[in-house]
Amino acid sequence: MSSMERTPQDIAVTNTAAANNAVKPGTPAIYARQLCRHYRMGETVIRAVDGVTLRVNAGEFVALLGSSGSGKSSVLNLIAGLDRPTSGSVVVNERDIAQMSREELAKYRLHTVGMVFQSFNLIASMTLAENVELPMRFAEIERAKRDTLAREALTRVGLQGRMNHRPSELSGGEQQRAALARALINRPQLLLADEPTGNLDSRTGTEIMNMVREFNQQLGMTVVMVTHERALAERYAQRLIFLADGKLVGDESNSAVVQAGADRARQ
Amino acid sequence: MKLPDLTELALRNLRESLLRNSLTTIGISVGVASLVAMLSLGIGLQQMASRRLMKSGLFDTVVVTSRRDLRNFGREEERNGPAPGESRILDEATRLEIEHLPNVLEAYPDIRFITELRYADKPHLTMVSALPASAKSNDAFDTVQGQFFSSDTAPEVILQKTFAEELLGRTPKPGVDETNVAEVAGPLLGKELTMRYAQRETAPSATGTPQDHPAGSSTDNLDETAYSVVSRELKLKIVGVADLDPESMRGPTRARVFLPLKLAESLHVMQPTDLREISRAASDQPVYSSVSVRVNDPSQVRKVEDAIKNMGFNTFSILDASRSIQQFFKVLYAFLGIFGSLALVVASIGIVNTLVMAILERRREIGIMKAIGASDSDVKKLFFAEAGAMGILGGVIGVALGWSIGQLINFGTNVYLKSQSFPPEHFWAVPWWLVAFAIFFSFGVSLISGLYPAGRAARLDPVQALRYE
Repeated sequence: MSSMERTPQDIAVTNTAAANNAVKPGTPAIYARQLCRHYRMGETVIRAVDGVTLRVNAGEFVALLGSSGSGKSSVLNLIAGLDRPTSGSVVVNERDIAQMSREELAKYRLHTVGMVFQSFNLIASMTLAENVELPMRFAEIERAKRDTLAREALTRVGLQGRMNHRPSELSGGEQQRAALARALINRPQLLLADEPTGNLDSRTGTEIMNMVREFNQQLGMTVVMVTHERALAERYAQRLIFLADGKLVGDESNSAVVQAGADRARQ
Repeated sequence: MKLPDLTELALRNLRESLLRNSLTTIGISVGVASLVAMLSLGIGLQQMASRRLMKSGLFDTVVVTSRRDLRNFGREEERNGPAPGESRILDEATRLEIEHLPNVLEAYPDIRFITELRYADKPHLTMVSALPASAKSNDAFDTVQGQFFSSDTAPEVILQKTFAEELLGRTPKPGVDETNVAEVAGPLLGKELTMRYAQRETAPSATGTPQDHPAGSSTDNLDETAYSVVSRELKLKIVGVADLDPESMRGPTRARVFLPLKLAESLHVMQPTDLREISRAASDQPVYSSVSVRVNDPSQVRKVEDAIKNMGFNTFSILDASRSIQQFFKVLYAFLGIFGSLALVVASIGIVNTLVMAILERRREIGIMKAIGASDSDVKKLFFAEAGAMGILGGVIGVALGWSIGQLINFGTNVYLKSQSFPPEHFWAVPWWLVAFAIFFSFGVSLISGLYPAGRAARLDPVQALRYE
């Protein structure tokens, strides 16, 4: 079952779930100000992120574009709370995550952020159902509820028949769909995707991107996607942000996507 | 993360590297088995020694003597207490008083005298002693040939093996193996001995009139103190021959012939104290040289001793010796425990190694868990749980292994003892507290071993960990 074939009940469940973390469209979901991430390698200082200021509104689908080493993944890691900035701030939900303790950051990653990676990053020793319910274990949700939600999430991404399979038994597209189900299981406010189609063929990549767009448009989830494929970004993102050498070098609105989104919303 | 989830994840992770984790767990098991084996050997030896010593009657017995008896124990009390001449007499009334003290099972007089026994028309001079019915449980009678006294008043006698040999005219030669008690007892059991003794008999009236004595002399209460000494004979049936010496603590004063206590009391055998106390004792009340007091629990010996000392008597018990033995076993435990723990320490290094390897292997997995919301403490707890699970599992297997080794050695040793005609002995004991302690100790050591790996895993930078292939 593809994402387009989901039942109205599925969407209703997801909508209700996402509503808990929803932020009013148009209000800033992420505000990064003068964000720097410098690394020291011997005598050399590498400026992976160098004074980036950007604002992403709630419900926006933003693509971070740039060549390898431009700093796009570093910015994403800083927004995800996986890394700490050398200077500057990242404000999400009116809290500067640069000032959070390690425990607070873990809670932020657990409840506010859902992440999808290029290499799927499913735990090989666990079945798909176990992978998907893992964030709920960290959130200390009861087992029965976990089982139900994991089954629902996998059904939503069309993997209801693969629940007890291990990642190695699945195709790349199926693994990425499972990773999407895991990213959404705790109803996050932000979906951060780091080259989500990088390891997939174009057909499977399109399928995954359609799902991401659906979550963005139907659940009002803010999406920040890192990619080096401009065509992909132009097809799905409402805004394209260009990075080079750790600096923000361009910020364009993708009017075609914005218009299509508006049309879809009217229908 | 909740404990059941943590445990489930930890066990799942352990199953993933089954061979390596099994080998580590076996290492812990061997360590715990060595600890259990060492400590249970120490405990078993102590229990065996305690059983033997308890059965000897040495540890629950207090010997009471009058301070008037200058030959006896307790010189220290004499210096601090009243002068010997002013102290109390150890008579029947006092014995009853002692018997009613708390924790006292019985207090019986120490009746012993040197007398002549005739067997096959030959006289033999030896020390005779009276035994209470409770002496039947003394380990000296475990291997008695024949039986214990049929009653407390029966005209029966038990001989110590050396005296039995003397009666048969067998003198053990130096350097020659001891004779078997059964060989000595065979010709003697059921035979009769004749005992000659001096009986103290209360005089029916005064032996003289006031006119016979000079004026002013102290003969006013002569009626009350005078008694006569009569020579008597009694035929006694030999019912038993004891191999061991039930009075080994008494040294040179130990007896070689034993009578039932009530019978000995009824004989009114003249005691050395009778002469000393002639001017003080009531005429019909025996005065004892010493009274043996049996206490219900060795731990109460000190209390009972204090109570008797407060009554004005000297006491002696082997309590201090038992303390030294306890101290010896405590030191033995410590040494055995240290040696046993060494193997566990080596095993704990195995745990550290296994978990550090697991961190290297699961570096990316740790990164993923952190990226999807695991906190440092979740990761730390997970590694602790894995270490703890190996510790508990290793502990349980180790206890079972240690117990099995003990049973095997017990069995083997008893087979050997039996072949050497010794009674079987249980000298390997694994009490419940040791089982619990060993598992808990193994768990504790494993958790300590998990400290470093768990801390290292928790500190992993998720960005670096996710880059790791």
